[in-house]
Amino acid sequence: MTTATVTTLEHAPAPSVRAALVDPPLVRGGLIAIALGFLASFLLLPLAAVFYEALAGGLGLYWASITDPMARSAIWLTLVVAGISVPVNAVFGIAAAWAIARFEFPGKSVLVTLIDLPFAVSPVISGLIFILLFGAQGFFGPWLAEHGIRIIFAIPGIVIATTFITFPFVARELIPLMQEQGAEEEEAAISLGASGWQMFRRVTLPKIRFGLLYGVVLLNARAMGEFGAVSVVSGHIRGQTNTLPLHVEILYNEYQGTAAFAVASLLALLALATLAAKHLLEWQIRRTNRP
Amino acid sequence: MAGSHNRVLPGLGLTLGFSILYLSLLVLIPLSGLFVKAASLSAEEFVAAIASPRALAAYRLSFGASLVAAGVNAVFGLVVAWVLTRYRFPGKGLIDALVDLPFALPTAVAGITLTMLLAKNGWVGQWLEPLGIQAAYTPLGVTIALTFIGLPFVVRTVQPVLEDLEAEAEEAAASLGAGRAQTFRRVLFPALWPALVTGAALAFARALGEYGSVVFISGNMPLQTEIVPLLIVTKLEQYDYAGATAIAAVMLVSSFVILLGINALQGLGRRRFAGAGSAP
Repeated sequence: MTTATVTTLEHAPAPSVRAALVDPPLVRGGLIAIALGFLASFLLLPLAAVFYEALAGGLGLYWASITDPMARSAIWLTLVVAGISVPVNAVFGIAAAWAIARFEFPGKSVLVTLIDLPFAVSPVISGLIFILLFGAQGFFGPWLAEHGIRIIFAIPGIVIATTFITFPFVARELIPLMQEQGAEEEEAAISLGASGWQMFRRVTLPKIRFGLLYGVVLLNARAMGEFGAVSVVSGHIRGQTNTLPLHVEILYNEYQGTAAFAVASLLALLALATLAAKHLLEWQIRRTNRP
Repeated sequence: MAGSHNRVLPGLGLTLGFSILYLSLLVLIPLSGLFVKAASLSAEEFVAAIASPRALAAYRLSFGASLVAAGVNAVFGLVVAWVLTRYRFPGKGLIDALVDLPFALPTAVAGITLTMLLAKNGWVGQWLEPLGIQAAYTPLGVTIALTFIGLPFVVRTVQPVLEDLEAEAEEAAASLGAGRAQTFRRVLFPALWPALVTGAALAFARALGEYGSVVFISGNMPLQTEIVPLLIVTKLEQYDYAGATAIAAVMLVSSFVILLGINALQGLGRRRFAGAGSAP
């Protein structure tokens, strides 16, 4: 910043050149007004509305809505689903990033493209593919029925669909990060006699921890908030297969607006916490990776 | 560039093997299941499902509303990215962080909130009503929800390009006598457009598949406000798996084509950028 100022002072451009480099105040003010107006109406207004509606019936009703047994079971199921999807996809993300960022092998770019695939699939279709596999008329349906295993319209289906949807998050954060960091420290650890596991725990994990956490934060937000895919496979059985977003839908469709927004406000708080964590981690990653 | 030499580091077999196994089990096999199922339909069944008037109306709404939403986001996203990279004003950091809200906010929450705001007696709807504009339960409402969902894409693809843009090119244009508008048109825009189109295409692709935020606001009237993902869900609820699969296959192929286009565009953007950067 300082050097930039110094150079501009040293060769201060002629006034006409400056005019062509800097937006006129009117343009600047106008653009800021347009940007802020757009963001205020599309982001701030809905955010404010969630909390306003949630508290419209008073704190008592708010508390009753989020501690209702159905709400509690939805919170529990949401935590269970995220508790499985997040670690499984995090382990995959680390493994995939290690292979892709540290080694050359044929078909690598195809693998990178395939990892991103779930992001290109509509949530609804993500649910549908598992109904086609595990549903009553699906490929494995008869076999599952014979052995008394329920996947669709049960918790395993919700977990599988959520894991599919959130599959790429950690891998796509870690691959560029590890490529950028290079492998010198790991190579040093190995040549000094560390085992693979020691190298991973003492060298790799500390190097990638903020990037890993960043991916996990985004993955968790999506896992807890997923609606379309989960809605298709859940069967909406109250108290059993309802996650928080599905509970919001049920309350809303039953015209229990205040209760719906009360539960929705929990998810909105999760979103705000996610944004705050994301911002902090971005700052940390920039700081740590700066040579 | 890192790691072609890696005979030293351990774990390639384990990590690559696990990655490929997990990818196949969770993603590749289930996705190919959809195409196997679609291929098991007779040609007549397939065409009847994908070309019914109801399906055609749903494609029209989904593609049309997604396109308009992506266009709105291209224009406003460019302005937001410009303002966030070029100007300083109080609260900028907070606003920058808030841009990602549509990624973090569960779609069902966005859906009920936008519906509430735009309903006849809602905060926004009550002002639109006297103007004769109905947003909730119309294609306009669908477009607004899709605009919300796609908002971060253009901002986040254009922002880094604007940040990395060398000031020299602008200075050179200015010292050669170009005005501000001319500099933007001739110097900045050519460097920006691949990112701008990429961002808009990502927003478009996301909007095509979007379900949660739209299902509440659309009113779900067949032939009028029914988007494709909703039509798939409706078919599933009626146990019409064949019909749902056929339409899903069409949408999946469209998404893949868009994804390939985006990849090509990003390659183009990188080449341009690399070319500009390597010049001394």
